Amino acid sequence: MPFGNTHNNYKLNYKVEEEFPDLRKHNNHMAKVLTKEIYGKLRDKQTPSGYTLDDVIQTGIDNPGHPFIMTVGCVAGDEESYEVFKDLLDPVISDRHGGYKPTDKHRTDLNFENLKGGDDLDPNYVLSSRVRTGRSIKGFTLPPHNSRGERRAIEKLSIEALNSLDGEFKGKYYPLKSMTDAEQEQLINDHFLFDKPVSPLLTCAGMARDWPDARGIWHNENKTFLVWVNEEDHLRVISMQLGGNMREVFRRFCVGLKRIEEIFKQHNRGFMWNEHLGYILTCPSNLGTGLRGGVHVKLPKLSTHAKFEEILTRLRLQKRGTGGVDTASVGGVFDISNADRLGSSEVEQVQLVVDGVKLMVEMEKKLEKGEAIDSMIPAQK
Amino acid sequence: MRSRDEEGAEYKRLRDDLIFKRRKRRRHHHHHHHYRLSRQVGRPDLIMPFGNTHNKLKMNYSAEQEFPDLSQHNNHMAKVLTPEMYANLRDKETSSGFTLDDAIQTGVDNPGHPFIMTVGCVAGDEETYEVFKDLMDPVIEDRHGGYKPSDNHKTDLNPENLQGGDDLDPNYVLSSRVRTGRSIRGFCLPPHCSRGERRAIENLSVQSLDVLDGELKGTYYALKDMTEDEQQQLIDDHFLFDKPVSPLLLASGMARDWPDGRGIWHNDNKTFLVWVNEEDHLRVISMQRGGDMKEVFTRFCNGLTQIEALFKERGHEFMWNEHLGYILTCPSNLGTGLRAGVHVKLPNLGKHEKFGDVLKRLRLQKRGTGGVDTAAVGGVFDISNADRLGFSEVELVQMVVDGVHLLVDMEKCLEAGDIIDDLIPEQK
Repeated sequence: MPFGNTHNNYKLNYKVEEEFPDLRKHNNHMAKVLTKEIYGKLRDKQTPSGYTLDDVIQTGIDNPGHPFIMTVGCVAGDEESYEVFKDLLDPVISDRHGGYKPTDKHRTDLNFENLKGGDDLDPNYVLSSRVRTGRSIKGFTLPPHNSRGERRAIEKLSIEALNSLDGEFKGKYYPLKSMTDAEQEQLINDHFLFDKPVSPLLTCAGMARDWPDARGIWHNENKTFLVWVNEEDHLRVISMQLGGNMREVFRRFCVGLKRIEEIFKQHNRGFMWNEHLGYILTCPSNLGTGLRGGVHVKLPKLSTHAKFEEILTRLRLQKRGTGGVDTASVGGVFDISNADRLGSSEVEQVQLVVDGVKLMVEMEKKLEKGEAIDSMIPAQK
Repeated sequence: MRSRDEEGAEYKRLRDDLIFKRRKRRRHHHHHHHYRLSRQVGRPDLIMPFGNTHNKLKMNYSAEQEFPDLSQHNNHMAKVLTPEMYANLRDKETSSGFTLDDAIQTGVDNPGHPFIMTVGCVAGDEETYEVFKDLMDPVIEDRHGGYKPSDNHKTDLNPENLQGGDDLDPNYVLSSRVRTGRSIRGFCLPPHCSRGERRAIENLSVQSLDVLDGELKGTYYALKDMTEDEQQQLIDDHFLFDKPVSPLLLASGMARDWPDGRGIWHNDNKTFLVWVNEEDHLRVISMQRGGDMKEVFTRFCNGLTQIEALFKERGHEFMWNEHLGYILTCPSNLGTGLRAGVHVKLPNLGKHEKFGDVLKRLRLQKRGTGGVDTAAVGGVFDISNADRLGFSEVELVQMVVDGVHLLVDMEKCLEAGDIIDDLIPEQK
């Protein structure tokens, strides 16, 4: 559900009270933070590309809440959004990212050798391992706001960069709008194909405009490294494989990302990044590393244990169904991933997943044998 | 790379510039002129003050780079929009800030519809039809049977001018209904209006509707305050409109802030209904079971006339001009905005090979009984006027009345095993 009209010149003829959204039924980070005072202060501002406060918050107004997760309720339209609308976004970031302060600094560490272990998660339990992140290309506005010309330029640059990859990364780009039926079928079977967003969280923010223009999927021949172009972020980079060798997945992730970044830099296009917020992405929830490292793991007994949630919280992990963020678990198989994005590095977050999943699998085995797991409950990380 | 201080100072200057210009513009906003903002400001980076399809950086890209890919598309906008037109119009905006990209977004996002030829563009305010004439005029011409920029439209809301219409056979005609839309001058339209505007429209509407009495006396149900019981009742009455799910509507921004400022008003008799802030500012509906279209239309005209007078008392008029008639969000509803129709049982005729042709000659169209996005069920069709612009309200309802009379006669003929060839009418 797009937008547009968050740029209505007449709205400034109406008082703050008359324009302030009705958020009484809402439960998202934006609704908890936005006051009439903040709205009054920010409502006539815009970024240099023309993004306004009403643009930022439209998705949160249109989507009062989500059954499984606490949604953010606001998005950035460009890099400057995080500066111009600080008064809203800083408290949202603080709420979402465990008290992260405006003065805090974020660490980036994409050196996979700093990861300890991670190559031996039990494949009888850990069905697959995956690491994803997003990247935004400096100088372009973000998916909620970008024009067709910008989006196409992003696609063009991305294709150039990706096509120059070789070795284990050699691959091919499939633009959504010219995909053949056979290609589409294959991508669906590989679980690679992303579809036009149906989630109102995304459509209300304007990200689906002009679909499928300039959207596409690139993947390597081995089908272990995948890039989504112009979906929720400029780039979503995914490394994955069956089984529990998270170390290998993370190695490929880091190496691939570095290569891609180098090629963009050669074209004078860096990624959006700063030392306070790390990598700048569309959704404030993905700031910092933008990294979600996770596994699909069988935990039928542990997941029904009274302390399952608490264990996850202590391990700084979160669970999702195997269909992704909007789904519930099926057959005791869970998607377990890091909960944090900002304030810790990539290595640290993947380490939490590796160590945490290892522990949970051991707990599962114990419960299978009818033993108690109380002594294994970890301290809060 | 500039320092953050430099960027901050630059940003502040841009912002102050903008606020100053906006204040200036506000003092003059009663002059409904559109302007190329590049003329007004000396800074190319400030060409578009606002908006999302209001992205200023897009002017850094050539028209070719920005022109939408319409190769898979089949709607009126896609058939009409050329790269030249796009280049001419892309840096323009109405006084309220509505742009060409705003107007066409729904048509870009929705290549086509299985049952109907969609319009593919919307208006964000009254001026849209003027500022974007180069696009809208050909769309209007295609959609409204060759209607020319120089043509004038007739308005006739005098129900006494309707002949007959009170005797459609209720064994076949299950229900009769007339609807139209109205826009309140001075406000932006649903794709573009702000929350403040929408709420003001709602307040005005509720104030006016609450004054109605006699057979029109009724109650307003704001969508956001509705009780469960009220909601159930409105669903049972088939009155409740829900948040739009059609991507045609969603892509144009009409569902923003739902359900804020939206509501349903109906009279105690449940024969006169007004939707507030759905696809148009107001949708006015008169309906009842059976085939007395004359009564439905009489109530429709009386109600509309009274509502218009009440708005005028409060200093507001409806958007109307002598070329386009009533101005509504979708170009397909210009003119009368009127769809008069019946639910009618035509199980035999509905399967006849000449059914489509007969409808065309009668200037009627068929829909399923669920509305525009549905197919017919059980031989019951929604039959209504196809035209909106270039004919008056009375003329359109007359076509429905006369046409449905004939269709029912044909159905009876076919039931009796006779052929209908000599009943086939001339093209109206």
